Amino acid sequence: MAEPIVTDAVNPDVVAARDALRGVAHTPGVAKPTPLLVADGVRRTFGGVNAVDVEHLEVQSNVITALIGPNGAGKTTFFNLMTGFDRPDAGSWTFDGKSLAGVPASRVSKSGMVRTFQLTKALSRMTVLENMRLGARDQVGEGMGAALLRPLWRKQEKEVTEKARDLLARFKLDTKESDFAGSLSGGQRKLLEMARALMSDPTLVMLDEPMAGVNPALTQSLLGHITALRDSGTSVLFVEHDMHMVRHISDWVVVMAEGKVVAEGPPKEVMDDQAVIDAYLGSHHDTDLGDDSLLEEESVISAEAMAELEAEEEAK
Amino acid sequence: MDFASLLTDVLREATGPTAIAYALAAIGLNIHFGLTGLINMGQAGFMLLGAYGFAISTIAGLPLVVAFLIAIGCAVVFALILGLPTLKLRGDYLAIVTIAAAEIIRFIGRSVGLNDLTGGSQGLLGNQFKYSFEGASPFADGLVAIGPISLQMNASNSWWLRIVGWGLVALACLIVFLLLRSPWGRVLKGIREDEDAVRALGKNVYTFKLQSLVLGGVFGAVGGIVISLASSVQPDSLGRPVTFNTWTILLLGGAATVFGPVLGSILFWAALVLVRGLMRGLIPPDVLSSTEIEPLGFVLVGITLVLLIVFRPQGILGDKKELAING
Repeated sequence: MAEPIVTDAVNPDVVAARDALRGVAHTPGVAKPTPLLVADGVRRTFGGVNAVDVEHLEVQSNVITALIGPNGAGKTTFFNLMTGFDRPDAGSWTFDGKSLAGVPASRVSKSGMVRTFQLTKALSRMTVLENMRLGARDQVGEGMGAALLRPLWRKQEKEVTEKARDLLARFKLDTKESDFAGSLSGGQRKLLEMARALMSDPTLVMLDEPMAGVNPALTQSLLGHITALRDSGTSVLFVEHDMHMVRHISDWVVVMAEGKVVAEGPPKEVMDDQAVIDAYLGSHHDTDLGDDSLLEEESVISAEAMAELEAEEEAK
Repeated sequence: MDFASLLTDVLREATGPTAIAYALAAIGLNIHFGLTGLINMGQAGFMLLGAYGFAISTIAGLPLVVAFLIAIGCAVVFALILGLPTLKLRGDYLAIVTIAAAEIIRFIGRSVGLNDLTGGSQGLLGNQFKYSFEGASPFADGLVAIGPISLQMNASNSWWLRIVGWGLVALACLIVFLLLRSPWGRVLKGIREDEDAVRALGKNVYTFKLQSLVLGGVFGAVGGIVISLASSVQPDSLGRPVTFNTWTILLLGGAATVFGPVLGSILFWAALVLVRGLMRGLIPPDVLSSTEIEPLGFVLVGITLVLLIVFRPQGILGDKKELAING
């Protein structure tokens, strides 16, 4: 059921971006060959505490970048700042060459940087299909006057619906199309939120803890979706605590601690970095961050969970 | 007691201008609350503004259509004044601001300083502004009986007002029906569920909320015109209780449905007249006088509604499945 993780990128842009990243130094705030998101001096304080204090950070396009760090490192706050859901005390940032400082959240999203939330925001009392349709851009029928005249938007609505159904099929939610989103499981809501974000063909998808609360059986397919996303030309930036996931799918890892970027580099190097180990000290002191054997163990668990799930389904 | 005449009274009230006006106001509130999740506690303010806008412009000599448009314009401006500063804030702020603003409108209207314009606390008598509406009737004057109900064709609480009023209700329902299934309505429902999620999808939530507030307020103003054409413009008769009754009607019929507000309004007024009539007929006057029965009617209807909301929270036409989902 779970799709295999695609590790060999087929998209030439991805291959090129990865090659280019090989020559990049592993120092915090290093310049990238073709950066998509560039943040400069972004600072946000909450009552004297520097929640985010990023001097310089570049996010490479066409790859998967992971943003990791201990709790309270400022990862989600950084996401909120970049996407216009919060305002920094100082700093500027550009996305795709355009400055986004002070731009409201809806316009940030329109410019191609679409986010999901740590606490999933499925629109509960709307059907799965309606959730998806809402993600589409530039809908004529979203004008108050045009809404009354169906012929103006009937054709577009049909296209939007087709696209929504395609995406739902990809995320294996097509059978849930007419269910209320509120009746989905936590993992399915994560999938729905991700699929909904893709309705607008974003340039950069920002996923805030895509794995949090997801059934291990779904983890594999979620990983597959994220890599497939990159291979189809979308850049991905995600926050995650699950080190196995970070290690397995990311091309580049940025580590934050106490609001600052303390390390970046390819996953393997970063996880051996003393600064990173220090940052996690206390919680992950004795565990190997991203031990492969742990992952394999987990995949056994996930296979078991899968079998259980199927048995349950059949029992219904 | 005379049951036939009681039932006639019930029928007369359930199809009368009060039920029409409240249905229109509840349809407006449904756009605010049922569709968008906005908590407007000042729908009576929109109604009063509509009534004033219509009556004052008619008294000033403006033709019917212009007066109607001015009333709608008042509601639009009022909605913008309320919405522009508050809709960026959390939902509760709108509730506080709307209830206060509706009271402000009422107090301004009844102030002595504006006696020449609004008639102060006496209000504006119907005879001063009804002529243009009654004159627009294509029917001949006179008492006309249809079924058990016998009414003037054109004057005050008339057949003509009912025809136009129910026409307006039908039009409002049609508009809500069309909007509910449109992408615009979808964005509003998304905002009702979680406005941050909708913002993250690139929709300008603020504009949509403002549009919703304006449109719902306009329906409220139209309701205000209907109620003033039936009697007079009286600021104290369009105070807070009107807003609360409108909310009750909306929840009774079922929020986020097309016909819920209309059904709610008909049932609410029918029940009120029925309960009062029964008490008047069955309870001897030395136990409860008719002045005591008047408020007791509201009490009993209120209790009935509490029970209804406990046992059928989605309202009469609401979808139980939809309401059962929380978060």
